[in-house]
Amino acid sequence: MTRKLLSDYGMFLVLLLLCVLFSVLTLKEQIPEGSAAPARLIEQINNEFKKSDTILVVGAVNKDSASFVEKLGEELVKEGFNNTKVVVGVPRDLLLALDDIRAKRGGLAAIAISGDVTKWRVIEHIPEKYPEFSGCKVLAPKSYLWPDFLKRSNLLAIVDRIVVIAVIAIGVTMVIITAGIDLSVGSLIALSAVIGTLLMKKMGGLQAPGWVVLVGFLVGILSCGIVGGLGGFVVARFKVAPFITTLGIMMMARGLAFMITGGFSIYQVPRALPWLGQGRSLGIPNTVILLVVLYVAAHIFMAHTRMGRYIYAVGGNEEAARLSGVPVKFVIVFVYVISSLAAGLGGCIQASQLNTGTPNIGIMYELYVIAAVVVGGTSLSGGSGRILGTLIGAFIISVIQNGMNLLGIESYTQQVVLGAVILGAVLLDKAHSGGSLPGLLRKKI
Amino acid sequence: MRASISSHEGCSHILLQMLTCASSPAEPVLYIVIMMAKNPKRCNSLLLEMLQIDKSFPGVHALKNVSMKLRSSEVLGLVGENGAGKSTLIKVLGGAHLPDSGSILIEGQSVHILSPTAAQQAGVSIIYQEFNLIPDLTVRENIFLGREKTRMGFVRATEEHRETLQLFSKIGINIDANARCSELTVAQQQTVEIAKALSVNAKIIVMDEPTATLTTQEVEHLFAIIRDLKSHGLGIIYISHRLDEIFEVADRAMVLRDGEHVGTQDINDITCEKLIEMMVGRPIESEFPKRAARPGRERLRAEELCRGRAVRNVSFSVRAGEVLGFAGLVGAGRTETVRLIFGADKPDKGRIFIDGRKTNIRSPGDAIRNRICLLTEDRKGQGLVLIHSCRENFGLPNLDRLVRGMFLDQRRERKEFSGFVESLKIKISSHEQLTMNLSGGNQQKVVLAKWLARNADIVIFDEPTRGIDVGTKYEIHLLMNRLADEGKAIIMISSELPEILGMSDRIIVMHEGRIKGEITDVENTTQEDILSMAIA
Repeated sequence: MTRKLLSDYGMFLVLLLLCVLFSVLTLKEQIPEGSAAPARLIEQINNEFKKSDTILVVGAVNKDSASFVEKLGEELVKEGFNNTKVVVGVPRDLLLALDDIRAKRGGLAAIAISGDVTKWRVIEHIPEKYPEFSGCKVLAPKSYLWPDFLKRSNLLAIVDRIVVIAVIAIGVTMVIITAGIDLSVGSLIALSAVIGTLLMKKMGGLQAPGWVVLVGFLVGILSCGIVGGLGGFVVARFKVAPFITTLGIMMMARGLAFMITGGFSIYQVPRALPWLGQGRSLGIPNTVILLVVLYVAAHIFMAHTRMGRYIYAVGGNEEAARLSGVPVKFVIVFVYVISSLAAGLGGCIQASQLNTGTPNIGIMYELYVIAAVVVGGTSLSGGSGRILGTLIGAFIISVIQNGMNLLGIESYTQQVVLGAVILGAVLLDKAHSGGSLPGLLRKKI
Repeated sequence: MRASISSHEGCSHILLQMLTCASSPAEPVLYIVIMMAKNPKRCNSLLLEMLQIDKSFPGVHALKNVSMKLRSSEVLGLVGENGAGKSTLIKVLGGAHLPDSGSILIEGQSVHILSPTAAQQAGVSIIYQEFNLIPDLTVRENIFLGREKTRMGFVRATEEHRETLQLFSKIGINIDANARCSELTVAQQQTVEIAKALSVNAKIIVMDEPTATLTTQEVEHLFAIIRDLKSHGLGIIYISHRLDEIFEVADRAMVLRDGEHVGTQDINDITCEKLIEMMVGRPIESEFPKRAARPGRERLRAEELCRGRAVRNVSFSVRAGEVLGFAGLVGAGRTETVRLIFGADKPDKGRIFIDGRKTNIRSPGDAIRNRICLLTEDRKGQGLVLIHSCRENFGLPNLDRLVRGMFLDQRRERKEFSGFVESLKIKISSHEQLTMNLSGGNQQKVVLAKWLARNADIVIFDEPTRGIDVGTKYEIHLLMNRLADEGKAIIMISSELPEILGMSDRIIVMHEGRIKGEITDVENTTQEDILSMAIA
């Protein structure tokens, strides 16, 4: 039982371990930010100061810090502290504000600051520079221990980094389960992105309404689907090796993307373009919603529909599948079309994230996608694999990259480590399916 | 007591040989007496002892305290149904499996066989059904593969060649040592395997179903080689489903059933019926259950089917409730013909009528929709997706029936399969067991289940009982009869003449792609009649 769980979800365990590892390594003092944090500070000010005291509220110029400070100022005024002054800016703005108070010969009871401001060195120098304010208290939100890795913004960044690869990996998983391979997806990202954005530009550019973006996306995705269908046809009808077929398509699609744009990026795209890649619905990033919906749908498709079962059967034994009445050629064309459509969608997401269509995006992505699929437990020899495993595989890659960024490891080292981890993960998977890791090492080949 | 008898036999065998080749009769007798006095173990020496071997796999207790003994100059026939544990026992001996407990003694010395290489060093050579020859290397290169004779890194081809020829002359075979293995016949490849085994000084040779793909003459030749090996003092373990071969070549027969050692009998002390009873665990009345044929209207008619040289102008028809047997030599075009009917290959020309209506069958899918199904001869390569579970294999041709809306009705799939597991007595640990881990008989039952669930009108069996044990064979024959009684049209291809004669209501004999003749009076036909039609 345990063994079965391990072999099915061993990679999930690896992902969890990686998360724990990076959480421990990036554990740091954190200071609350954002609009929800001020409550405790207000309570403190209410207890210690009179309503007539002058209180300076200082925040840095970034979204979290500013919203924290503005909320704090608002609440203080509401509580009756009418001499509250709010300053959002750089250290110099703080000094200017202090000069201003001194010029008016006012007193200063307290300076309330956001987490980011605690790092400003001017705060320490206030007593020497402004002896008249030496009695004022500096109030900051209380810090707590929390890993950088597990911060909401970082977790979202992990998803952002991997969403394109994860979406494409759905299609490539299906291709690999039929014992094929698809090398063209990286180039199709670029093709879809440039076709889509070029169309948007022609249909009104910056001022174009939202539906133009939708049309651009659909045309970009469908053109990829057509290219993929051709590739699938060549594989199914003429029995050309998928590796060669998709290698050819990879080169052709990349070349086409450069031809269409003349080698330049496409700007003057509609203002609605970033909605998919950067926008949020109900407070959740659209990319996350898209990822969840696609993976749930793909999982149900593979596990609970006839076509899903056919895909496994074709990969497991093509001849037996054919003699059981499975329309093998149709299945093969189908998976390449799905893979290309997914690559097209990936291109749209990428274009939306970058707010432009560029012919040189997605280079090497096919290899990251294949790595994600294989780390996720899908066998390159076909017939077995899981969609949700692929999602885990994609996250393992993204988490490793993210964790190393947080730890400040340089990018060349990162590549070495990533490569080693991919190999290690696959070995570990072999060990699970064929006994223990020591057993694997002892086994004579 | 039994041991002494067979040792006596072993000695008399040598005695006989020496007598026949001796010039004067008096001397050799004396010589043998001296030899026996000096080395009393020479004649009946225990070559191999496997003691209390126990082996379990997840869900299966494959071997339960099995012990066996093999003497030198002896052929031990190892028999049992599929899944009885023969393969596991052999794999333990060959180092492919490690036993959970038990010990192995070779010539009285305890040995630990941890790998196939260790088995080879201990003097055990196993010749599997699938040969381990590399097709593009020559016979000589294959024989010396991994132990090339070299000088300063260069292969000494002439020396290897000379040794190969010596080896061949020793067992009396005549094969070009420089021929590529891919050019050899199956029988020749088998002899190369035997030569390879001898070249590493094997004392024990295990042959797993060696005659499955051989012609009658080739089988005779193989038996001659086996007798020769025996006379050189080797011990041979011979595994076969063909009991007549066991009676012809073996000295003793060892029976396994459900992982247990049921008994070992001297071949002269046992009858074929008794042996089958030991294997199956119950008496079997007849291998071919009788049935009164009541053919109805014509179900399928093929006219002038052609495909290359394999199928030439084949026309025939089969009626409801009829078993039509296809006899002929391997390569006569029988399989190719039924593949055309099933849409697995495209005919060059020809017409197919189903229930009197001309029907175009372009793919197996079309055939299935026209209620035809084909159980292929090659179960592993064409019948099953080996890396998938029994349930998934069962569902594959039935998914169009098993959908509800967009999704598969997996509960119904399980329920239907459970029904077949029970009615066909399929031995599996769970529905999710991979079909690659099943014995041949159970694999064939899973294939049967997946097609029976389609409830087709025309059922084509291609070698339905090849490599399948006696008990399961009987069950499959019963099932074919039941299907015919239900009014289905049955086409059966078989290379076993007794099966063709015992099961068919009508027989078509093919030769080199053409129909050579048709036999309607099956009762009064002999194997020789069919054979003469099939060869000429």
